[in-house]
Amino acid sequence: MSGFDKVVTTYQEAMDGLTDGMTVIAGGFGLCGIPEGLIAQVKTMGTKGLTVVSNNCGVDGFGLGILLEDKQIKKMVSSYVGENALFEKQLLNGELEVELTPQGTLAEKMRAGGAGIPAFYTATGYGTPVGEGKEVKTFNDRPYILEEAISGDFAIVKAWKADRYGNCVYRHTAQNFNPMAATAGTITVVEAEEIVEPGELNPSEIHTPGIYVNRVIKGEFEKRIERRVVSKTVQNTTAKESQ
Amino acid sequence: MALSRDQIAMRVAQEFKDGDYVNLGIGIPTLAASFVPEGISVMLQSENGLLGMGPYPHEDELDADMINAGKETVTAITGASIFNSAESFAMIRGGHVDFTVLGAFEVDVNGNIASWMIPGKLVKGMGGAMDLVAGAKNIIVTMTHTDKRGNPKLLSECTLPLTGVNCITRIITDLAVLEVVDGAFLLKERAPGVTVEDIQAKTGGKLVVSENVTEMQV
Repeated sequence: MSGFDKVVTTYQEAMDGLTDGMTVIAGGFGLCGIPEGLIAQVKTMGTKGLTVVSNNCGVDGFGLGILLEDKQIKKMVSSYVGENALFEKQLLNGELEVELTPQGTLAEKMRAGGAGIPAFYTATGYGTPVGEGKEVKTFNDRPYILEEAISGDFAIVKAWKADRYGNCVYRHTAQNFNPMAATAGTITVVEAEEIVEPGELNPSEIHTPGIYVNRVIKGEFEKRIERRVVSKTVQNTTAKESQ
Repeated sequence: MALSRDQIAMRVAQEFKDGDYVNLGIGIPTLAASFVPEGISVMLQSENGLLGMGPYPHEDELDADMINAGKETVTAITGASIFNSAESFAMIRGGHVDFTVLGAFEVDVNGNIASWMIPGKLVKGMGGAMDLVAGAKNIIVTMTHTDKRGNPKLLSECTLPLTGVNCITRIITDLAVLEVVDGAFLLKERAPGVTVEDIQAKTGGKLVVSENVTEMQV
């Protein structure tokens, strides 16, 4: 079964083939569930003119934010940006282009891109700046806009556990966009906290089947917390007592 | 007297029914979780992929892999589920979330909402707001009745770029509870000590006064 062994041991191998002007889809929500080592490798490679598709663009000095330092990103496709001063500066200078996309539409664009669906209709964004110039069609008396799928030359994904065949499991809310990103790359690279042998993951509990994955590398993660908020009150397990 | 943020949140929480799935936006909407009436359980949806959001963690429970849509550290309650972003928005877009509560800059008499972009200021993005207003069964907007300069935020027509069209049915402000009906704001409740005339004066769009305007119970 060596043909299915996707494990690579160096970051150079993991990101081999990435060249200027390519589109990279990155999993993660804020700094949660981001492929830290793969992003660092893109920085090391110095690849320029990238279009990066990711819900956010990291923060100054961490996550995708580090790719702004050497102006490697030409365009971001995101739902929420501007957690970083450098991003703001490059945007205002015109050095960086941003395509703001509603979060659910962004997830669905990736999903569609990986599923061979070229476009889909959604009510999200109709009548707003997002809907401008897009085809409108009415179903059951409600207008919808046509949104096109996204696929990437590379998809970079962060998993909790991956086996050699590329089957992946994510942990908690570090799942987020990672499963959709994994399906939408011509080359999908998974950086996992732990690599296990085939058979160690329960087949019924795998989030991303290995068919979507081309390369797997074991990473070391800092897992920085973006907004650390702790409870000052007595712990209670009911939803209504939250926050 | 205009209601405090906590009082607005308290009034919002009275809308919830036992067994509702609810998505709460940042700010006053989030506060509503603290005022859910006795005997009623709601489950909080966080659009980054968590259904059954719990309180903030204690120091020893902090986990970088457990965050909410505001990127804050959070916990999950017993019976929670965690899923990917497409699944999360399938719940929202598919109309499975019972209530969405969110803030706004402006709402108009046609149920249009503007909440994400002020021209001339840096635009950070809409996040999940456009999906939420397009998908939830019941949307409640919470906001102050007027802006800091006293200008109405309930208008004939929104002036800012929209987040969604024809989607807002209920608005809870520091002065009143209103519904959007037939191209007008229908006044249902007023804050204690606030007169209908006060509300009329501070509302930009057409206001219809319900036959029986009650006092908000907060």
